[in-house]
Amino acid sequence: MNIQRINARGIWSIYRFEMHRFKRTLWTGLAVPVITTSLYFVVFGTAIGSRMTEINGIDYGSFIVPGLMMLSLFNESIFNASFGIHMPRFTGTIYELLSAPLSAFETVLGFVGAAATKATIVALVILLTANLFVDVRVEHPFLMFAYLVLVAVTFCLFGFIIGIWAKGFEQLQIIPLLIVTPLTFLGGAFYSIDMLPEPWRTITLFNPVVYLINGFRWTFFGTADVAVGISLAATAAFLLACLVAIWWIFRTGYRLKA
Amino acid sequence: MQSIISIKGIEKTYAGGFRALKGVDLDIRRGEIFALLGPNGAGKTTLISIICGLVNATAGSISVDGHDIVRNYRQARATIGLVPQELHTDAFERVRDTVAFSRGLFGHAPDAALVERILRDLTLWDKRDAQIKELSGGMKRRVMIAKALAHEPRILFLDEPTAGVDVELRRDMWGLVRALRDTGVTIILTTHYIEEAEEMADRVGVINNGELVLVEDTSALMKKLGTKELTVLLAEPLAALPPELADWRLELNADGRELRYVFDRHADRTGIPSLLARLRDLGIAFTDLNTRQSSLEDIFVSLVSDRRPA
Repeated sequence: MNIQRINARGIWSIYRFEMHRFKRTLWTGLAVPVITTSLYFVVFGTAIGSRMTEINGIDYGSFIVPGLMMLSLFNESIFNASFGIHMPRFTGTIYELLSAPLSAFETVLGFVGAAATKATIVALVILLTANLFVDVRVEHPFLMFAYLVLVAVTFCLFGFIIGIWAKGFEQLQIIPLLIVTPLTFLGGAFYSIDMLPEPWRTITLFNPVVYLINGFRWTFFGTADVAVGISLAATAAFLLACLVAIWWIFRTGYRLKA
Repeated sequence: MQSIISIKGIEKTYAGGFRALKGVDLDIRRGEIFALLGPNGAGKTTLISIICGLVNATAGSISVDGHDIVRNYRQARATIGLVPQELHTDAFERVRDTVAFSRGLFGHAPDAALVERILRDLTLWDKRDAQIKELSGGMKRRVMIAKALAHEPRILFLDEPTAGVDVELRRDMWGLVRALRDTGVTIILTTHYIEEAEEMADRVGVINNGELVLVEDTSALMKKLGTKELTVLLAEPLAALPPELADWRLELNADGRELRYVFDRHADRTGIPSLLARLRDLGIAFTDLNTRQSSLEDIFVSLVSDRRPA
């Protein structure tokens, strides 16, 4: 095979290796999103939803579905991708990746591709689970899926960076727990930011997650707190920032090579 | 002479300021077994890691089969198999899968028959469906060798292949290395076991403190520096060396109970038969004879200590 231009088999090997890892924990991997989604519906849907029937003309139960999917998508993407690259660093098997005829782009494609695949599957499982509780209408199904994949890839790249930056397993958790989850909860996953009083509404607009969730919500309902174009631009900007960081990591060998 | 690896002026200074390699030049010949010999921390692993792409060199250049390892890293790396010193393996993967993975990683189409042959050669076939974590340390090392061979490399690096390895695996490994060499694979191994280099290698490079001290054919090195000594254990102690034995420049040791004779084992006339005849003529009885050959270890110790700054 000609590997002069692109080592497709190498990418496929990493992708399959990672998917195989997910398969070993398939049942817990799928049970967790199903159970947490159900819990959210029991708590938010029943307890709060009975007092808050509609947001912007959308049934509250349906309104939180895109936010729930995004919350899991962020966490799954970061966790899968960061663990995927951190593990070989931890066990030392990274020697094989570094000595293989693979470019940085190909290595990232294999890891991020697999992590994004799993994160997307989990998000879709959440969508299916949510359908058991509420009627979810998706106005732009194709765009919904495309946006899901775009955000998954972006956060997997982010997770890949964390997996290289982290010096130990506990550091893998810091960014998701201390930054991403709070920003998601404060970023309108479960409410419309229009419900917030000033100055909180304006402050919230500095939260990048607001744009991600609202862009995704737009694909469901055709309306959102911020214009979909701005959401897309914000997502693309984050994607680009991650790509630049990864390019720098491989160029300098940061935490990969001595 | 056709070199398959050409190393020019390689230097490596680690972030902490430690100079691991101080300008190494080395050519590895196609199809040879080359032993890189040196004490711990000499720079052996650093040099191998640079060639294989694990460590970036501070200065210098390396080409593998004519391909620069930085500019044409794909072609360079595709020909190299690496077995590192430490046991770096996955835990949950199955033996067969991990070997097939390595093959794919290097861009090769799956080849179940080849994987089977490699596993059989390394007596891993019975363990093909075992998870790696279930294997013993020796078996894990065999798995790492299998992974390195999975993409049919033309150059194989073995970093301390027999460190902490049982006798059986060591013997298997040496057999495997010879069999690979017979198929034209170039093998570079690092070791601090002198016997290993002496037994296996066509050529030996001695590295110390980041400098290549010498590179020589193993046999030439032995010939050049190899001496042999004969120890004669006497039945009765001698008070002094009789003047009749002055020709042999003997040493009298162990309170006059041992005669030590150092000779060049490649000389046409070793002087041993005449020495023994002279002893008989003088009526000096002996109980035993003992000969010893200087090993690479002796040579190595003398080389390294010679180079040490006074």
